[in-house]
Amino acid sequence: MRRGRWERRHVAEALVKAMMYASVALVAGSLALILFTVVLRGLPALSWEMVSKPPEGGYYMGKGGGVLNAIIGSLLLASGGTLAALIFGLPIALYLETYLGDSPWGRYVRLSLDVLWGIPSIVYGAFGFTLMLAIGLRASLLAGIIVLALLELPIMVRAMDEVIRRMPVDLEQAALALGSTKLEVAMRIVTRQMMPGIITAILLAFGRGIGDAASVLFTSGYTDRITTSLLRPTASLPLAVFFQLASPFPEVQKRGYASALILTVIVLVISLGSRWISGRVSRYTVK
Amino acid sequence: MNSGSQRSASDVPTLKARGSATETDPHIQVRNLNAFYGKVQALANVNLEIPKRQITVIMGPSGCGKSTLLKTFNRFLELTDGTKILGEVLVDGQDIYAKGIDETEVRKRVGLLAQRPSPLPMSIYDNVAYGMHVHRMKRSRQEYKDAVRHYLEIAGLWDEVRKRMHDPATSLSIGQQQRLCLARGLAVEPEIILGDEPTSSLDPISSLNIESRLLDLKRVYTTVIVTHTLRQAKRLADYVIYMYLGEVIEAGPAHEVFSHPKHERTKAYLEGLV
Repeated sequence: MRRGRWERRHVAEALVKAMMYASVALVAGSLALILFTVVLRGLPALSWEMVSKPPEGGYYMGKGGGVLNAIIGSLLLASGGTLAALIFGLPIALYLETYLGDSPWGRYVRLSLDVLWGIPSIVYGAFGFTLMLAIGLRASLLAGIIVLALLELPIMVRAMDEVIRRMPVDLEQAALALGSTKLEVAMRIVTRQMMPGIITAILLAFGRGIGDAASVLFTSGYTDRITTSLLRPTASLPLAVFFQLASPFPEVQKRGYASALILTVIVLVISLGSRWISGRVSRYTVK
Repeated sequence: MNSGSQRSASDVPTLKARGSATETDPHIQVRNLNAFYGKVQALANVNLEIPKRQITVIMGPSGCGKSTLLKTFNRFLELTDGTKILGEVLVDGQDIYAKGIDETEVRKRVGLLAQRPSPLPMSIYDNVAYGMHVHRMKRSRQEYKDAVRHYLEIAGLWDEVRKRMHDPATSLSIGQQQRLCLARGLAVEPEIILGDEPTSSLDPISSLNIESRLLDLKRVYTTVIVTHTLRQAKRLADYVIYMYLGEVIEAGPAHEVFSHPKHERTKAYLEGLV
């Protein structure tokens, strides 16, 4: 029995297992390293002032103030963009599943979304900028939200689509057998069954939106003030990180890391929150 | 439609037989029905009459088209891509494939109990109330509550779930889930119940439970069951259809077909040779 241990198939098993462990370690290691760097360099500079005040005069040379303008700006941009993407994305995802299915049109729409997903965000920024010029909109919160919605839409729809496609066929048929229309199946059954997955899709999109610098660079601009209007420019955390890290002053660079830490914490809190919510709504889903 | 007695929306039907003026008329008539999956012919020139308020059992070896035939009765076959259906299926004399017929209305009148129970992703209560909500059949919360209880009682599930109405339906055992699906199907007040091997995923005791429900219910509902077990066919059937390779070989009252099959193939099947 013992000699069987070194047969080829056992070696292959051990080898593949080792490779899997190594990849997991690599990914987890990189994540840990990033978090470690951000915490190590950012935490000392993090203060109440950082999160409670916008920049004051001379902030970018190391004087007082904080990045409240960017925190609020980023939250507004990402929430607005995610909401807009959801308003358009959910119907697209449901339409894809309920009506198009695996038809040629369905495959074409999915392909387009995959291509859109792969386009670098700077291209979205440039596209948004052209669009703004065309309709006479200036760099503003609204423009940023529109571009982020475009950026988030493909990832959100494809993530929802993958979830909705895993919908048990029996379930749909059970509802149809009771005389439901397709719309009722989509609204009352598919959405309910898929709610945890839909929340995950929303979170993925929000994460991409809040972390993106390039698309908002041209479209929402940057300001040291806290934005009060959809038509005014707004600051954002990724750009705050970028500007501060590019500074020659070590104090400002440290605040760049602190801003990155704030961004990470926001994403973490939202992930955990949505996990909690999707745990609650998955009580009734059919496994 | 012509359904014997009139019922108002709020009136929960009881297990009394409805009016008997049309008792002898067939409930479902099938005329020159042909069905295709792509180029493969699954049903060939089927002509049938299914009697009212009796249990009709469709039997035959697997792949003979019995599920296909059943699925033409509630317009479920067309949900499969690439199917083509030619011919007529008349329910109460009206062709359900005629132009302008609303398939959701057909499915409301012709309920289906599937092979495996598939509870909807909601509570036990909401599973039964779902169809009634969709068709706006009741006016108040209390009416819904009463109806849910009524149908759970008919399905023989009420006593087991009365204290856990708001638990997920998936927390029930498979046998209980199938009785829940029965209650859910009856709640939209169909005239006909289809069963596509409704006990094949259940344990023997749960199967017998479902069978005895169906025997009770035949006083009110026309029932059509597909089964591949001959013994179940003998326990349930008033009327029997034997199919082979997409064709109806023999159809008739159960006692005649079981004791004096006219066709050689039916005889062979009944003797366990097919």
